[in-house]
Formats: sequence, C-alpha cells, structure tokens
Amino acid sequence: MSNTDVLIEIRGLKYRRGDKIIFDGVDIDIPRGKVIAFMGPSGTGKTTLLRLVTGQLRPDAGTIRIGGEDVVALDRDALYALRRNMGFLFQNGALLTDLSAFENVAFPLREHTDLPDALIRDLVLMKLQAVGLRGAADMMPSELSGGMARRVALARAVIMDPEMIFYDEPFVGLDPISMGQIVRLIKRLNEVLGLTSIVVSHDVPEIASVADRVYLIADGKVVGEGSPRELRDSDSPWVKQFVQGLADGPVPFHYPANDIRDDLLGGEKSP
Amino acid sequence: MNRSVEFATGLFIFLGLLALFFLITQTTNIQAYGGDGYTVTARFTNVGSLKARAPVALAGVTIGRVENIAVDPQRLDAVVTMTIDSRYDRIPFDSSAAILTSGLLGEKYIGIQPGADTESLKQGDEILFTQSAVVLENLISKYLFDSASGGEE
Amino acid sequence: MSLVRQFREGAVDFFASFGAACLFMLRMLADTPRALLRPGLIFRQVHVVGANSLVLIMMAGLFVGMVLSLQFYNTMAKFGAEQSLGPVVVLALVRELGPVVTALLFAGRAGTALASEIGLMKATEQLAGMEMMAVDPIRYVIVPRFLGAFIAMPLLTAIFNAIAILGAWFVAVQMMGLDGGQFWAPMPDNVDVFDDVLGGVLKSVFFGAAAGLLAVFEGYRAHPTAEGVSRATTRTVVITAMTVLVLDYMLTAMLI
Repeated sequence: MSNTDVLIEIRGLKYRRGDKIIFDGVDIDIPRGKVIAFMGPSGTGKTTLLRLVTGQLRPDAGTIRIGGEDVVALDRDALYALRRNMGFLFQNGALLTDLSAFENVAFPLREHTDLPDALIRDLVLMKLQAVGLRGAADMMPSELSGGMARRVALARAVIMDPEMIFYDEPFVGLDPISMGQIVRLIKRLNEVLGLTSIVVSHDVPEIASVADRVYLIADGKVVGEGSPRELRDSDSPWVKQFVQGLADGPVPFHYPANDIRDDLLGGEKSP
Repeated sequence: MNRSVEFATGLFIFLGLLALFFLITQTTNIQAYGGDGYTVTARFTNVGSLKARAPVALAGVTIGRVENIAVDPQRLDAVVTMTIDSRYDRIPFDSSAAILTSGLLGEKYIGIQPGADTESLKQGDEILFTQSAVVLENLISKYLFDSASGGEE
Repeated sequence: MSLVRQFREGAVDFFASFGAACLFMLRMLADTPRALLRPGLIFRQVHVVGANSLVLIMMAGLFVGMVLSLQFYNTMAKFGAEQSLGPVVVLALVRELGPVVTALLFAGRAGTALASEIGLMKATEQLAGMEMMAVDPIRYVIVPRFLGAFIAMPLLTAIFNAIAILGAWFVAVQMMGLDGGQFWAPMPDNVDVFDDVLGGVLKSVFFGAAAGLLAVFEGYRAHPTAEGVSRATTRTVVITAMTVLVLDYMLTAMLI
C-alpha cells in the first residue's frame, strides 16, 4: 500500500482539557482515498481528535493541514468553506428533529446552493437510495430506529459530495445487521465516491474488515499503526491488549488509587 | 413554509396591532396631538403646579394644550405658551386666562374666559388678562390676615 | 463554605454570567442582519413563541382586567370616585401590569420552551451537526428565536392590555352597574398616548429583548445532559423574572 497523496497532515498536536493532557505531540498522515481508522481505549480522546481535525476545537499546539491549509489558522468563513467539503457522521446521527428524513438530507443543499426543488429532490432521493432508505424519506427522526437514523445522517453527510468524511463511533449501539449495513456503506461510499474516510471506533472486528490503515491511540500518543493485519500480528503490548481485548495490560484494570489496606482500615497505616 | 403556520402568525400579528390601535385610539388623548393649532402666550406671576400638556379649556371644554412654561429672565414672571385648536379661531382678543384646578385634588389647567372684543386671538398673540394660580399658603395667610384685622374691629 | 466566600463566588458568577450574556447579545446582533434575510425562519418563531402563547395571555388578561375592576370599584365606590375607574384601570394596565405580567407569563411559557429546545438541540448534537454542515447555528437557530420573542412580546402585551380593559369594562358596567359612558369617557383626558401607552410599549420591547436573550442564552450554554437542560429551563424563568422586575423599575423611573 503506498501513500500517493496525503490529504490530512497532523504534526505535533497537543491538547489538554483542564489538568488532563489529551494529546501530547501526535503525528498522523491521512492519505487520500483510503479508509483510516483511529482506535483506542475509551476516554483517550478519539472523538476529540475528530473535533480538532474538523475545527470544532482548537489545539493548544501543533498544525493540522487539510489539503495544505492549516485548519487552526482559518477564520470562521474559511472554516465553513472547508467544512462544505467535509461530511461528518455523529454518533447519534444528530438529525434535526423538526425536519423529516428527506428534509434533513436536503438541508445542506437548501442552505448552500440555489438548486431548484426538482433537482434537490432527485439528489436527495438518490442518496437515500444509496443508503437503502428512500422509502423512509417522509418519516420523522423520532420514528426512525437508531440504525436508520444513522444511515439518514450518512446520506446527509455525503449529499454535497465532499472530499472526506468523518465517522464518530458509527457502530456503537447497533444490532449486528445494522452494523453490517453501515460497514458495507462505509466501504462502498469510499470506493464509489472516491472519498477519504476517517473512522473513530473501538469495534475491532468491524474496523478490521473496512479499514486500510489503523492508528491506535492511547495515553495521548500514537502507540501503534499499520494495516489491520499488521496490527493483529504486532508484538507491542498496547496493540496486543487492545486487539485481543485483555482486561489488564498497558491500560490498567485498576484506576489509580491508594493501598487497599488503607481504605479498608480507615486510614490506619500498617506498621 | 406551511400555510396554517403562516395564517396563524399573520392572525396573531394582526390581532396585536389591532389591540394596540384600540388602546391608542379609544383610551388616550391622541386627539390632542392631531389637528392644526395656533400658538398664543400668557404671563402669570405664579403658575402653581401647572404642567406642560395640561388642557386649555373654554366654557369647560378642552380646546388646546399647554406647550411650554418658561421664566422670563427680564420681567421675572412665567410665560406659558399654549396651542389652541384652529377650529376655535374666534376667541376675543381681550379674553382672560386663569389657572384653575380640576376637581378638588385635580391637576391645574388653563381656563379661558371670553371677552367682548371684535378682534380675535391669532398666532403669536399674547393674552393680556391673566389670573395666577391660587396658592394654598397665600390663601391661608390672607385668611389669617383678614380674620386678624377683622377680629380687631 | 463560609458565607462570605459563598457570597463572593455568587458575585463572581453573576458578573461572569452577565458579561457572557452581553457578549452573546453582541454576537447575536452582529448576525442579525444576515438572519433577517431569512424572514421565513423568523416568522416561524413568531408563531411558535407568540401565537402559541396567545390563549394564555388572553385568559390572563381577561382575568387580570376583571379582578382590577372588581377590586378598584369596591374601594372607589366608598369614596364616590367610581367615575375614575376607567382611567385608573387603563393606566394601571398600560403602564405596569400589562408589560410586566405579560413578560412573566412569557418567561414561563415561551422562555422555557425556547431554552429547553435549544438545550436539547445542544445535547443531541444538532447544533454541532449544523456547524459541521457549515451552517452557523447562531444565525439559523438562535437569532430567529430571539427575534421571534422580540417581535412577539409587544404584540402580546397589547393584546393583554386590550382584553384586560374589556374585561374590566365587563365587570364594571355589566356586573357592577357603572354607567358605560362613565367608564369610557374620562379616559382620553387622563391617559396620554406618549407617556402612558407608548411608554408601556417601550417597556414591553425591552422586556421582549431581555426575555428572548435570556431564554436563548441559557439554552445555548446549558450542559448537554438532562439535568443541564432542566437547570437551564429553571434558570430562564427565575432570571428573566428578576431581570424584568429590575428593568421595570429602571424604565419606570426614566419614564416618569
């Protein structure tokens, strides 16, 4: 696998929330046209990474170049222009609850383009067809199941034919069938639309079937990277614990605490 | 936008404006602000608690408003400027203006007592015969003075 | 925590929130011209905020007017002053009760609805979703709701006042036997368009701005949890009520 072209280049990314250091110098290259996965234990900031790359948060240090432009340096208008080229799938879909599925997918077109209604209708129906929900076009978000809502949100994310698409935990809370549908869609959309897809997840089997390259993030750093097979065969303790789902390892089972004897004996130190 | 929402909103805004219109026209003195009027002045030694926009009445009927009350720095009396509705343009030139009280505790207003002159008041004229406001303290001291001097006899 | 420390933290929190609210207001005003290009959104909010509060305001107005008439009539009849009932009721309503009661009811009904709606949109990431679709949520969601409140409030106040006066008339004339002419006739002499009616309208405009701002502000900065939205809703009512009453005093002092 060769990196023909790097779409997103992250260098020296540092970010902290309060006292907690989330990222301490992270370097990542995201090549064009591939499906890239960010994986890691809960709470390591995978979603935060997505938000930093898409400009929803500002890093404390470092650069994030998308297509050569540094996201951090952009003003609001330029950032919005950049975002028109991005699709983002939120964990719960984030559909606008007072609009139907059709209107939700049509929303970016109505806001950013002057296309006539007939054309908008065709585009929306085509995208809904691609995710298999053309028949549900008139349903309201409250009537959709979790998986269906996420697929509608996916249709909405690609309606403007973006260059890249970000998935925030797309497999969470889905039944196996819905999960299979999403996996298939991620792969197919990436190929058919020529997208660059960035997926944040901790579902190892699903990621393994869809990603071209995986970055394992823990403790604020990249602790493993490679294709899914390389990671499976890796010797690194971090990677092993994660891929095999071991309860204890570099990510400890016990949250840091003082000696249990102190807690049980009510503060009396043993002699 | 869907029709029934548009209709309801339009109805709401219409009702609101209608209510406002009702309030303004039915309950207030908006009449006093319309119409043309001509301005006359009058001098008083004491205006009492007369205020701007107090009514000007003739035979008990409001015919105008007080516009302005100012002190004349030379003659040291009060100059009251009032607007009288143009409909009442036959007020004799020698009419008198008095500062009266409406009701027992009421506000001060200007009452015009018509004179007999054939000439009428016009824009910019001054009413020459005036009677100042009755000030309570003066009334009391006058009464005491009178009863004191009366009591001596 | 000692009382002094509590007080100091409360004071810091108050000023910080006040500053944040003012900055938020400025940001909204900056986005308003472009938001006005979407009158459809604003009208929809006027409907949601205004038309939906209409029944409440009308009922409240009716009963406030009726009770004013009832109370004042009985007292004034003892002094033989019942011919002043009309002007007294109108003045009380138009100058004070109309704007203030409407604003308080508005805070309870529409203010809480706005705050919880926006808070919920934040919690379900709809606002973040809009940001990612390069649609500014301030311009698309927040400003239209603020303008909706701002436009609706004076209209609601006028309706409240009008219905209240009619209610007062009903009680005084139809129930208590006051002569109809005596009710309406003294009004024009005692009620001034500018001082009284338009002064009241001015108050309602300010109250509308305050209620609208506080509702959207609390919703926008709510914690994206169930508890956060609930707290935002409560805060909206409480803080709007206090702000309205304080503003009322200040405006009354300026207008008198």
